[in-house]
Amino acid sequence: MINGIDIVSVWVLDQDSAKEFYTEKLGFELTTDIKLDNGMRWLTVQPPGNTGQHFLLMDPAHSMLDEQTAATVRGLVAKGALSPGVMATSDCRGDYEELVKRGVEFTQPPAERPYGVEAILRDDSGNWFSFTERKQWAS
Amino acid sequence: MTYRKADVSSLRILRKARDRIDRDYREEIAIAALAGDAGYSREHFIRAFRAAYGDTPGRYRTRRRVERAQELLRSANLTVTEICHLVGFTSLGTFSSRFSELTGMSPTRYRAEAAARGGPAPIPGCFALMWQTGLPDHASSAAANGQDRTSGEARDPAGGVPSGA
Repeated sequence: MINGIDIVSVWVLDQDSAKEFYTEKLGFELTTDIKLDNGMRWLTVQPPGNTGQHFLLMDPAHSMLDEQTAATVRGLVAKGALSPGVMATSDCRGDYEELVKRGVEFTQPPAERPYGVEAILRDDSGNWFSFTERKQWAS
Repeated sequence: MTYRKADVSSLRILRKARDRIDRDYREEIAIAALAGDAGYSREHFIRAFRAAYGDTPGRYRTRRRVERAQELLRSANLTVTEICHLVGFTSLGTFSSRFSELTGMSPTRYRAEAAARGGPAPIPGCFALMWQTGLPDHASSAAANGQDRTSGEARDPAGGVPSGA
């Protein structure tokens, strides 16, 4: 049976900048940063606490994509159309305050939702994430 | 659609302007000011924004406000007038007509139907927003049929919602 997700691929515009953003601003841990033989830079980070859930920060220009497709993907990232998913937090409001201090951009401050407290975060490339403190569904 | 390399930097700039509209949707930030901060002339900015997002910045802000109003109508114990002001409209008439254009029903009816369905919408608000603004939908085509979508900005120096909003 499938029992989890180890790696989520996140398209980024600049791997150096993404590495700095995810590790220094979001506080992720760097798990791999190596250059593969085919020219691809394999750069992974994970949330603190050794969760085993990694983000692979991929540069479309040095991936399996052809040049034209890579340019399209870069455009979609830059315009803010892509969302890799939901980041989980145990304290949305507290983390929001701290991350804003570190210069992280949010398009929506924390707000009560039926499923928890949620803010919307942008990474340095333009990807957006729901940033959510889950709670029991209140209907 | 394919993007050239040079497009990436201008798309980033446009996205930052859109993020500001998303963040400060209640405020009547002049479109000219958003354009200036992005390094564009007002007209060029409106054209570029529309090319990237399928809607002018003023219309985008209206949609954002209506989307916030929908959320509040579903979940908050506030009057329609309170919600109208809370999301940044100053005129109830404008609010109601924009709301109806985009959702196909009045705020009051929207609330009644949401209550009849019972409970909160099954989709997280953020995703509903991103889908609504990221893809062509019935709301934008209805708006396109109903009126010239650029004329609002062209007339209104505040760049957003014409006729007193």
